[in-house]
Amino acid sequence: MNLNFAFSEEQEELRKSIKRFLDDKSPISEVRRLMETSDGYEKSVWEQMGSQLGLQGLAIPEEFGGSGFSYVELLVVFEELGRSLACVPYFSTIALAANALLTTNDDAAKKEYLPKIASGESIATLALSEDSGRFDEESITLRGKNNGSGYTLNGSKCFVIDGHIADLILVAGRTDKGVTLFAVEKGATGLETIQLSTMDQTRKQARLTFSDTPARLIGDEGAAWPGLSKTLDLAAVALSAEQVGGAQVCLDTSVEYAKNRIQFGRPIGSFQAIKHKCADMLLQVESARSASYYGSWIAAEDSDELPVVACLAKAYCSEAFFHCAAENIQIHGGIGFTWEHDAHLYFKRAKSSELMLGDPSYHRELLAQRLGI
Amino acid sequence: MADDIESWLKKNWDPDLTVREWWEKLGLAGWSAPNLPIDSFGKGYSREETVHVQNAIAAHGALGAPGGLGLLLAAPTIAVHGTKDQKEEYIRDIVCGKKAWCQLFSEPGAGSDLAGLTTRAVLDGEEWVINGQKVWTSGGQIADLGMLLARSDPEVPKHQGITYFAIEMDQEGIEVRPLREMTGRAIFNEVFLTDAKIPKGNDIGGLGEGWKVANSTLSFERAGLGAGGGSQAGGLALPGTKALDLDKRAGDFLTGSVRGEPGPSMIAQTTGMLIELAKSNGKVNSPLVRQALAELHTLNEIARYTNLRQKALKVSGLDVPGIGNIAKLSMSDILRKTRDLGLELLGPRGTVHAYDKDARKVLDEVVPNAFATIITELSLFAQGPSIYGGTDEIQHNIIGERVLGLPKEPNNDKTMPFSSLPKNA
Repeated sequence: MNLNFAFSEEQEELRKSIKRFLDDKSPISEVRRLMETSDGYEKSVWEQMGSQLGLQGLAIPEEFGGSGFSYVELLVVFEELGRSLACVPYFSTIALAANALLTTNDDAAKKEYLPKIASGESIATLALSEDSGRFDEESITLRGKNNGSGYTLNGSKCFVIDGHIADLILVAGRTDKGVTLFAVEKGATGLETIQLSTMDQTRKQARLTFSDTPARLIGDEGAAWPGLSKTLDLAAVALSAEQVGGAQVCLDTSVEYAKNRIQFGRPIGSFQAIKHKCADMLLQVESARSASYYGSWIAAEDSDELPVVACLAKAYCSEAFFHCAAENIQIHGGIGFTWEHDAHLYFKRAKSSELMLGDPSYHRELLAQRLGI
Repeated sequence: MADDIESWLKKNWDPDLTVREWWEKLGLAGWSAPNLPIDSFGKGYSREETVHVQNAIAAHGALGAPGGLGLLLAAPTIAVHGTKDQKEEYIRDIVCGKKAWCQLFSEPGAGSDLAGLTTRAVLDGEEWVINGQKVWTSGGQIADLGMLLARSDPEVPKHQGITYFAIEMDQEGIEVRPLREMTGRAIFNEVFLTDAKIPKGNDIGGLGEGWKVANSTLSFERAGLGAGGGSQAGGLALPGTKALDLDKRAGDFLTGSVRGEPGPSMIAQTTGMLIELAKSNGKVNSPLVRQALAELHTLNEIARYTNLRQKALKVSGLDVPGIGNIAKLSMSDILRKTRDLGLELLGPRGTVHAYDKDARKVLDEVVPNAFATIITELSLFAQGPSIYGGTDEIQHNIIGERVLGLPKEPNNDKTMPFSSLPKNA
């Protein structure tokens, strides 16, 4: 494939406007304020993202209320969100829920739900993993049943990102016919939501219990796994972009500190022990960037290569981000270990996104299988 | 451009020409090194256009340009720093394959600290007298000329007292001894210079300017290494007077195996080979082996993506930050991981290795294994790339200082005379 592996002027312009918006609405002080709140986001900022910048609708087709751009544009958003740690339910709503809808054949559901997502009116998420914390097809046990007049769900979902605030929850369940996707709206009968206190406080999670909860069937019963698998691949690419943004901040912060911090009468960055750490971080950041960008181009082209590239990018970018986040603390020494310094925010984001959607070993095994090894 | 080279080949290529005749045509027409400027027997082409020309020559079934360090390093360096006469004399002979070159840079006491070199150049009337020792000289035996770095003035600071010379290799004061590497082969040499002579005007780029000139050469070297070596497809004839290929028939050089060091694409193929090996002996079922295979595939792919990204950025005049250093470090890393996994997959078969043809014959008969030879060869070679062309540690320094802007280690070698600095040996 002949990829035009560079950003256009318009894409660079998009990046600038997102940056401006996040600098203004989500400086790190605001991140720290919101992470201490229970909702974990600012409603007005979320709505502005949708209505003024059109970020939620960016890659949603025009017929469903979006502006029909590609995954390459979306990558720019995720990278900047990863850089800023902005507390917005964008990953859950766009990378998970919107993709889960877009990968179905259910136009009615798309018409109903996607315009509200695009406008910023609605927060949505995908509830797939259960108490086992797995992301494979076999792990899905939540029961869906057709009782004649409609479907009801019984079971639980765990580690559901933004499950505590979602207006729309797409639930991966299992019926007699196999894995099936359902939609449950906030406040549905028998839906119990318990918010989980998260290590990465900038991204909230919930455990959801469904007891005879009425649900809407999305797509065909028993046929949801291929779409969900693709959704997980697309989400992995999105997450890899977030990880690149975060890793770049860790590198920049480390380099800045290494230039200014004086010990033994010289900047610590003049010592090879520190200099070489920074060089390794650059190597990993740029390699991660290559993997993530390539993944987004593949996603934008809707290429068959996606399953292979997605798990490759998820495994590599996860480890690269965590490496940089941990090295950032080490280079900062004592100050980096304090709550006051921002290094731990990136460290926690790095670790939790490394484990989210499956850890690097899981993705490497998936890669091996998908390569026919 | 594509039409230019093809119609030129149609008109000029003839397998019955001698190598000398063919290379003279190719070189004087500007097709040996079209990346060189027009005033230096080139066409001012970009790297990509040059690769296109090389591929066109190979595709036509013609003998490719004279390879070696003359074309790769000496010619582009002289094109930048040489005088008009030097370009006419040296570059003409390089593009026409008449003279082969070697590089006389590293010394036993000046490896990573190349500027610490102590080979002395002392002016005696109309000639320079050279004394010292050089090492890691590839092609030393067949070179007609050497790119020599020598200290012409030890009483000025380290980097200011070095001069870059072109030296005739065929003289009494020069002894070239093969240096056997851990692989068992001897692709490098040691060169001993004892009262070797250089005519007064043979400096390239001026007295005391050698460090700057050497950095040009090194940047051409890095560009060559990072790209996995130029595609010198189309034949294996050696340039220069000593290899004795020049008066042979050009068409006779068109068959033969590819030579050279493992480049990125070759290493990527090796990963495919390891997968086949693991499948063939059942080790593919080990979760650890599966992880390692997936990781190697990942690193190879990322190297490929980064290369694509660099190409795209280049169009806008941008670079992936530290691209050359990143590419080199990544390749060293991949090679080490390939070594470890490859030998693990071979098990005890990885402990037998043929250092010569007779031993190879016995091994092929008694413990045949389609993968073992290349894996053990590669495993012994794998210690090289993290050292040559600037060690991994030096690459880290370069990224730290030139890409990230971190301060250098404090030292006074910019101000003190070289003769007053602590010595390396």
